[in-house]
Amino acid sequence: MQLRTRALETILIEKGYVEQAAIDQLIETYEKKIGPRNGAQVVAKAWVDPKFRQWLFEDGTAAIGSLGFGGRSGNHLVALENTASVHNMVVCTLCSCYPWAVLGLPPLWYKSAPYRSRAVADPRGVLRDFGMELPKDTEIRIWDSTAELRYLVVPMRPAGTEGWSEGKLVELVTRDSMIGTGRPKHPGELP
Amino acid sequence: MNGAADMGGMHGFGPVVPESNEPVFHARWEGVSFALNMVTGVAKLWNLDAFRFKRESIPPPQYLNLSYYGLWTTTLEQMMLEYGVATPEELAAGHAIQPTKRAPHAVTAADVANMVRCGSPYDRPASAPALFKVGDRVRAKNMHPTTHTRLPRYARGHTGEVVRIVGCHVFPDSNASNAGEDPHWLYTVRFDGRDLWGEDSDPTVRVCIEAWEPYLELA
Repeated sequence: MQLRTRALETILIEKGYVEQAAIDQLIETYEKKIGPRNGAQVVAKAWVDPKFRQWLFEDGTAAIGSLGFGGRSGNHLVALENTASVHNMVVCTLCSCYPWAVLGLPPLWYKSAPYRSRAVADPRGVLRDFGMELPKDTEIRIWDSTAELRYLVVPMRPAGTEGWSEGKLVELVTRDSMIGTGRPKHPGELP
Repeated sequence: MNGAADMGGMHGFGPVVPESNEPVFHARWEGVSFALNMVTGVAKLWNLDAFRFKRESIPPPQYLNLSYYGLWTTTLEQMMLEYGVATPEELAAGHAIQPTKRAPHAVTAADVANMVRCGSPYDRPASAPALFKVGDRVRAKNMHPTTHTRLPRYARGHTGEVVRIVGCHVFPDSNASNAGEDPHWLYTVRFDGRDLWGEDSDPTVRVCIEAWEPYLELA
């Protein structure tokens, strides 16, 4: 596959569709610049700023855009609110749609057959694969990204973080907690 | 189409196995495959839906045995052949063979920031009012087109509730066949898990999909 990909790269460069530097720049952008740190800033702000929180759930694209995130795989963003009674979880059963603008590129498991096949039918089983058990009566809402909307889960703020700054709260927000397959860290888990 | 990509509800793939400290790309070629797909999309050689259709058209035994970026590279090869960007001889040689069909403009490193920032919005002006409103009970049609669709098999024939009118969006079923964007109203429809998976299934599950108006009928 390495050789076949190399052939396509060479042909597209030789035919003048793309410059080598653009390919390198794209790889570097998604390796180093766009990642779950973006989404963590959105979540931390929603935890401390009630006006932003309200805006985020009313118009995710605009609220998230105000923090400088959006664009590719983030043109139509919807934030999902986890509460004591509702847990949200995001999947793309048909391919691998994922909110790149706030989470970067998806991990392999998100794009894999086990997750895509089971998330919609057996979400509690999937959560157990992640070591997560929800109360029996919690409603689980699965969001299958079948169009160009992209979803960001806003997990519940961990207890014991009263008075924390936005900057410190960011450290608690994990990627999986924004997909719905994990929880944020507890204060005691920070180094 | 009812291809291997439409996996919701299938059994037998085993547990989800997260990888700790996973790199964004596991090898350089994966990053290149990703970048080339973005570049060819931005160059408008073809549209996203046509690319998805080609990818899900890979025969199931092959689709299920390819790695994620292996699927992308395989699809890209087929698209380049179909759209006349490369010949079989060029793919075999790994080089352009003259005379070549040249691109009008090369994507440069300076274009990258803009590509990432702008993306490609899929909302379009509406030409008619939305047929359904929030709270309507709607049935996902029982349809099995051999062409591209974004209505997953597990939802077909089942009734749910409109919970959001998203807007008017490019219709992938048409766009994938290069028959035009043909924008339609897009809705978020919520299904009760038991309606999808049976009375014995988890009663706390709700599944939301986005469905274009032509996928739906009033229940």
